[in-house]
Amino acid sequence: MDTRGRATVVDLFGRSIPLSSLLDEIPSAVVILSRERRVIRLNRAAEALTGIRSEDAWGLPCRHVLRSSLCAGSCPLRSLSPDTGPTCREGDIINRDRQKVPVRITFSLVCDHEGSPVGFLEVVEDLRILQQLSDKKAHAYSFGNIIGHSPEMERLFSILPGIAQTDSSVLITGETGTGKDLLAEAIHQVSGRAKGPFIKVNCGALPETLLESELFGHEKGAFTGAAHSKPGRFKLAHNGTLFLTEIGDLPLSLQVKLLTFLDDRIIHPLGSTKGIRVDVRMIAATHRDLHAMVREGRFREDLLFRLNVVRVHIPPLRERGDDVRLLLDHFLAFFSSEFQKKIKGFSAEVLDLLLHYPYPGNVRELKNIVEYAVNVCTADTIQRRDLPAYVVEAPRGVPAPAEPAVPSRVASAPEALSPARAVSAEEGWEEVERRMILDALVQARGRRNRAAELLGWGRSTLWRKMKRYGIVGNQNRGE
Amino acid sequence: MTMAHKVFVPLQGSEVAARLDLATEVWVGVWDEAGELVEERTVVLPQASAEGLCQLLISENAHTLVCGAIEQEYYDYLTWKRVDVVDEVIGELESVRAAIAQGRLSPGAVLMERKVEL
Repeated sequence: MDTRGRATVVDLFGRSIPLSSLLDEIPSAVVILSRERRVIRLNRAAEALTGIRSEDAWGLPCRHVLRSSLCAGSCPLRSLSPDTGPTCREGDIINRDRQKVPVRITFSLVCDHEGSPVGFLEVVEDLRILQQLSDKKAHAYSFGNIIGHSPEMERLFSILPGIAQTDSSVLITGETGTGKDLLAEAIHQVSGRAKGPFIKVNCGALPETLLESELFGHEKGAFTGAAHSKPGRFKLAHNGTLFLTEIGDLPLSLQVKLLTFLDDRIIHPLGSTKGIRVDVRMIAATHRDLHAMVREGRFREDLLFRLNVVRVHIPPLRERGDDVRLLLDHFLAFFSSEFQKKIKGFSAEVLDLLLHYPYPGNVRELKNIVEYAVNVCTADTIQRRDLPAYVVEAPRGVPAPAEPAVPSRVASAPEALSPARAVSAEEGWEEVERRMILDALVQARGRRNRAAELLGWGRSTLWRKMKRYGIVGNQNRGE
Repeated sequence: MTMAHKVFVPLQGSEVAARLDLATEVWVGVWDEAGELVEERTVVLPQASAEGLCQLLISENAHTLVCGAIEQEYYDYLTWKRVDVVDEVIGELESVRAAIAQGRLSPGAVLMERKVEL
């Protein structure tokens, strides 16, 4: 039956109206397909985007009309069934003007009253404007809500957009307070799944029995008290991202279930006889050393290998150099605006104190200190009295209690330069840094260029720090 | 056709690839001066790539490319290299071959039955 341009909507307004009067007013491109994936209708926005008129596209296979990169390999429409919800993918199309246009397409199944599939619906969003914005943002010292301009963070920011675009599992490691949760959410927001849900589960927050039902869901009557079926976080995260924080606290029995999911992408709710296929990207985070846990038999090695596809380590604040100043200014501006206070900055004494504080709680602790100070401050500059007592009373430069958890990236540096060797409870960070410089100079036989290379610093940074620690000229030889 | 003519048709399965950059193989046909198809072969591409296909076309001295969607950049390059590009073509290889032989192939040709089964 040829329905070109004549389709009507009968029941909606009590009288018959042309379908085009509804479809053409939708600002996103909409494509209606038959069960055989042939075009029945394009709305006006779809005509503008593809450059083909609805009448000309009628009856043609969708791949020849939309001409999307998503048509390569397996068509996303093939995986749709009444059980699965809509699925969302990013790709590009080539329109009749021979332009490649980045798009996000939401594929849905259209069913009749009995639930039988009758066709498909594709909603195509033009991502050109978004892409231009993200190109501009790529030069900024930030990713999502995370900021920093230390070399460690810049390196991280440069690889994250690429990681976000893939569907690989990500394992985020880092000490507490470094921003693992923020990073996971930022990866989701930049990924092709941004339109889908971001579901976070804290594996350490729930007892084992509850966690299983929370993650995988349960059927009605699966256990005492299961009066209703529950979808589970995996099902809720369909077409989106599931973020498992504190994955190191996941009980061994659930590690097996998670492993099964990562293998075949099918979940088995408690009490259910059939599995449900879900399309979920997995991001896990932990502050624990999973390799050590594997050695101790507390974490499955095969699960670690499956999660450890892309590993992102967020360095602790004490390794981020000048980022402390950047973050202090950032949070001061943020909280001043939030609390409607006109605070210009930190006094020189406070700044010196805060720049040398070790921040064992990392960015979270720094943020809390600034929030407290902005709350308490009544003048236009943060003074010593505005700081929490524990910051003022802390011995200067005491290194943060090194968490046994995540092996620091610095630990992989040449042993002669590793601060891990030098740190002891009695020494401050300044002393450790001073010894690192001396070690590097000894190893480089006094050549500052080589020593700076060994330390991973610029020559001017090394010179500045040498001057600060009094390692200059003859003193150098004297050491 | 008045002289030997080499035509390339990027394929996806048995039909003209919807996009040049998604073609996994390419059909090559040579017509002689009398308009007879004297040679044909199918080349399996190492990977789908518009750039790779353009290089193949230039190195093989192609006269005509019959394809689906092609980016402006590649279209301009090929026409500059004197390759006649007939794009926006939809259809099975068989139909395309017949249309070329009859000299009735033009850009935007739909050589496929339109149908919607409701």
